[in-house]
Amino acid sequence: MRIADAFNKRKAFIAFITCGDPTLEETEKILLEMEKGGVDLIELGIPFSDPTAEGPVIQGANIRALSGGVTTDKIFEMVRRVRPNLSVPLVFMTYANVVFSYGVERFARTCAEIGMNGIILPDVPFEEKHEFSDVFEKYGLDFISLIAPTSEGRISLIAQEAKGFVYCVSSLGVTGTRDSISTNVSQIVDRVKAVTDTPAAVGFGISSPKQAAEIAKYADGIIIGSAIVRLIGQYGTEAHEKVFEFTKDVRNALDSIEK
Amino acid sequence: MSKGRFGIHGGQYIPETLMNAVNELDEAYNYYKEDPEFNTELTELLNEYAGRPSRLYYAKKMTEDLGGAKIYLKREDLNHTGAHKINNVLGQVLLAKKMGKTRVIAETGAGQHGVATATAAALFGMECEIFMGKEDTIRQALNVYKMRLLGAKVNAVESGTATLKDAVNEAMREWTTRIADTHYVLGSVMGPHPFPTIVRDFQAVISKEIKQQIMEKEGRLPDAVVACVGGGSNAIGAFYHFIEDKKVRLIGCEAAGRGVDTFETAATIATGKLGIFHGMKSYFCQDEYGQIAPVYSISAGLDYPGIGPEHAFLHDTGRAEYVSITDDEAVEAFEYLSKTEGIIPAIESSHALAYVKKLAPTMDKDKIIVVNISGRGDKDCAAIARYRGENISE
Repeated sequence: MRIADAFNKRKAFIAFITCGDPTLEETEKILLEMEKGGVDLIELGIPFSDPTAEGPVIQGANIRALSGGVTTDKIFEMVRRVRPNLSVPLVFMTYANVVFSYGVERFARTCAEIGMNGIILPDVPFEEKHEFSDVFEKYGLDFISLIAPTSEGRISLIAQEAKGFVYCVSSLGVTGTRDSISTNVSQIVDRVKAVTDTPAAVGFGISSPKQAAEIAKYADGIIIGSAIVRLIGQYGTEAHEKVFEFTKDVRNALDSIEK
Repeated sequence: MSKGRFGIHGGQYIPETLMNAVNELDEAYNYYKEDPEFNTELTELLNEYAGRPSRLYYAKKMTEDLGGAKIYLKREDLNHTGAHKINNVLGQVLLAKKMGKTRVIAETGAGQHGVATATAAALFGMECEIFMGKEDTIRQALNVYKMRLLGAKVNAVESGTATLKDAVNEAMREWTTRIADTHYVLGSVMGPHPFPTIVRDFQAVISKEIKQQIMEKEGRLPDAVVACVGGGSNAIGAFYHFIEDKKVRLIGCEAAGRGVDTFETAATIATGKLGIFHGMKSYFCQDEYGQIAPVYSISAGLDYPGIGPEHAFLHDTGRAEYVSITDDEAVEAFEYLSKTEGIIPAIESSHALAYVKKLAPTMDKDKIIVVNISGRGDKDCAAIARYRGENISE
């Protein structure tokens, strides 16, 4: 299984959750329900004490997970357990210091062992990526690149070297649901597609099935995080059922448009 | 290796959203630092508005009392707004103005950088928003009032430990939300490149003046320069022009809080390890999984889990020494300078003074120590009174 497989058949639905929010047992259940609901790729957040790219919803999830005693090693164990029951590609989403303090080599090697497919580090831009991407690539893992509304002249530079998928950030600011997405993200997607065959997915601020379908008209995939994390914050250890319903609704909305 | 490295430290570990902003800042700074007009304007502001050059004062009574090396105080506390912070702020706000920005944001710990930024924003007619940990807004209530008086909006940050680290997080989040018209006036020699270099250059006026003043007074360089270190801007400012003078000992004093063997400490060099945070590679107080530790110091300005990348490099090479000073030692030095010289130092600067109290008696009388009094202690009086069990209202 490769990340590209998530984009082969249909508009890719990428879902984010924070591991260990509220418990790792619930995270396992949510992962299985999300796949059942029609998610094509899952971003597993490893919580960090100071998630500077996150809005209040995911910040809250990070605090809940860390105060519950979650660690990088416990998350690795959880993935090792659940991986045989999941067929979608999995990527970690965390901050540079979590990987760096574990040892980049040791972190990447463990990711490969437990069946991860890639990594997203929002505080590692193009200029700093080789310290991480060279090691992850050695273990067959994709280092996912982000492109922002402010990237302008940097778009082709970043997209040309992108692996897995290109994470197009829809809006300025931090993660979190927004009523509308005002930036010209379709133009950014077009510029990415002009220089690379790597699929382009759009994230930040997508909260409803309707918004997802709108964006999937021009993007290869859409990423939803805060809207799911909010459900988890609300329903706790009962969240997996609600998350299943929500992912099914998003799936149906994406399937209603033509690829 | 990316831009802005000090040995292995530094770099630009920030979200892609901010990359063009820091690159533009880098270009603008490289242009204006060579621009005679910019430099004339800045010097004029530093001299006429901030009151530079600051005095290098021979602390005769302290010297005699300690019975060792001659002690000189670099009086950054006499600057307008009461600390060294104004040096950097005037430089950055002038630069922001030249770049066409109309709004500035800043983090603040003790409130000195926030007050300085609000002051410069008032002077330049710019919109200003300050991020300050909720805990610090209580510890430094007077400075919160000052910032508001100067026309700034103060946001009390409640996330995390509600101190300086969290104020930086929130200022960074705010900057990613609004970049086009906004400059982030980072207050210390930290964060992504070019900030550690820009802030150092604007603070280097301190060591430039010390060098000139000590040559006039003593006809020679000092044997040691001592300064307190949180992020490290006053220290790097006091050290910079002496880095090549290998005989001058450079000593940074970290906040040990209740002791480096407790969890209630902010001494990064003593207790931290290499990491990546707030845009830079450097030393940070953190747990085995890289989670940033909740640090503690009586001093809101030193209550930070990291240290600027250039200090990390000076530590690696052994060019500078870093020592830690507890709350108790700092409070004692705060009271000591007040009684001995009639100068009330900031609790931050008191960490440097506490080390000088230990160091001076071990040195001969013909030796010279310069200690940077980075700020004045008016803001700390109520907190120190409380520390001594006296409840006074401000």
